[in-house]
Amino acid sequence: MVSKTAIEFKVNGEPRKLDVFPMSRLLDVLREDLRLTGTKEGCGEGECGACTVILNGKIVNSCLVPVAQVAGAEITTIEGVADGDQLHAVQQSFIEHGGAQCGICTPGMILAAVDLLERNPQPTEADIRNGLAGNLCRCTGYMKIFESVVRACQK
Amino acid sequence: MRAYVPSYQLTTPASLAEALALIGNEPGTWKPFAGGTDLMVLLEAGKLPHRYYVNIWPLSELRGIEIADDYVTLGALTTYTEVQDNDVLRREFPMLCQAASETGGLAIQNRGTLGGNIVNASPAADSPPALLAYDAEIELVSTAGARWIPYNGFHRGYKLMDLRPDELLARIRLPRTRADSQHYYRKVGTRKAQAISKVCFAAVARVDGGRIQDVRIALGSVAPIVLRCKATEAALLDKHFNETTVRLARETLRREITPIDDVRSTADYRLQVAANLLVDFLVNINLQNF
Repeated sequence: MVSKTAIEFKVNGEPRKLDVFPMSRLLDVLREDLRLTGTKEGCGEGECGACTVILNGKIVNSCLVPVAQVAGAEITTIEGVADGDQLHAVQQSFIEHGGAQCGICTPGMILAAVDLLERNPQPTEADIRNGLAGNLCRCTGYMKIFESVVRACQK
Repeated sequence: MRAYVPSYQLTTPASLAEALALIGNEPGTWKPFAGGTDLMVLLEAGKLPHRYYVNIWPLSELRGIEIADDYVTLGALTTYTEVQDNDVLRREFPMLCQAASETGGLAIQNRGTLGGNIVNASPAADSPPALLAYDAEIELVSTAGARWIPYNGFHRGYKLMDLRPDELLARIRLPRTRADSQHYYRKVGTRKAQAISKVCFAAVARVDGGRIQDVRIALGSVAPIVLRCKATEAALLDKHFNETTVRLARETLRREITPIDDVRSTADYRLQVAANLLVDFLVNINLQNF
């Protein structure tokens, strides 16, 4: 039996300090210790992207990151994407163009899209498909999601 | 069933020397843990029997891509994203970049490492066929010192490696390729993204005076290990591209690989696809040179 150890990192700009088991999944620490339940669990094995967060500027599957590896890191979850009441262009576009249905894939899909547009503000359709390839959606058939991302670039 | 997390240790050493001391002091007790894209899947499934891990992810000694006159040397923690972002790798080792771009989605590519892909020892791994075709060498380090060995031969059988329990894979070295080398990489899976290979084919060759030269071929998912196909290479070396060459090479490849039926595909399908990819490779290098 391993004991909990203190760990510090930033989530959505706020410093956090927690006692955790080192192998706890970042996903569980976010949802259960920090009550940031916007990050969803889908498959739990890195296939579906529902648990996507941005870790030190790169998207990761938070189900595959043991919390010991985020010591000192900066993390952005879906709760940190909007600027106060002002939704991010990607969020607004998903609402306007039907990019979200049941909502389970949506936080991960939006973080993957936000990351894509930060690296590549004018992506081609192939770039969008590649950027979102690790995020599965069982409702939309993807076309409305791709359209939402395209429209977000036009804002 | 999900693993009981409090029974797992993941300790973070301050340096590579400290990590090596830890895994060297009681060989077999501590195992390295890098990007976690394989181990965390096993953890969640309750199939991770080992309990004590050394967190090597923060070790800068295991990172970076160095370009020298004869070799490109990659730290074992080089991620698939870092592979794709490197200009020299894109120009001289396009198969490695393609393998990196077809392994999982971006979130996996940001965390998965070349070293992890090697020592996880899956016969279906996507970067090892490219590494074998590029004649990679690997450096294994321990408190006793370091040794460079050819990557071909490192895998001894299903999940068996020429790796002592006190050793860590530190670097991967690739001899720089000639500008006239031709590269052919093809991963065949169920879908374009996020799929594990049914067959993965990597080959490099030159055509000189109408003859096939410097041919190196490796396949994944067709044997207990990722396989360098030396007999098939021998069937092609110094030959002209014609129907006889293609037929003999196909027959040799079908004898050299030993695919099985499993959840992803069948032995018959894999034999057929592997042979077809060999022909596609030969047609492609041929078309570009005649």
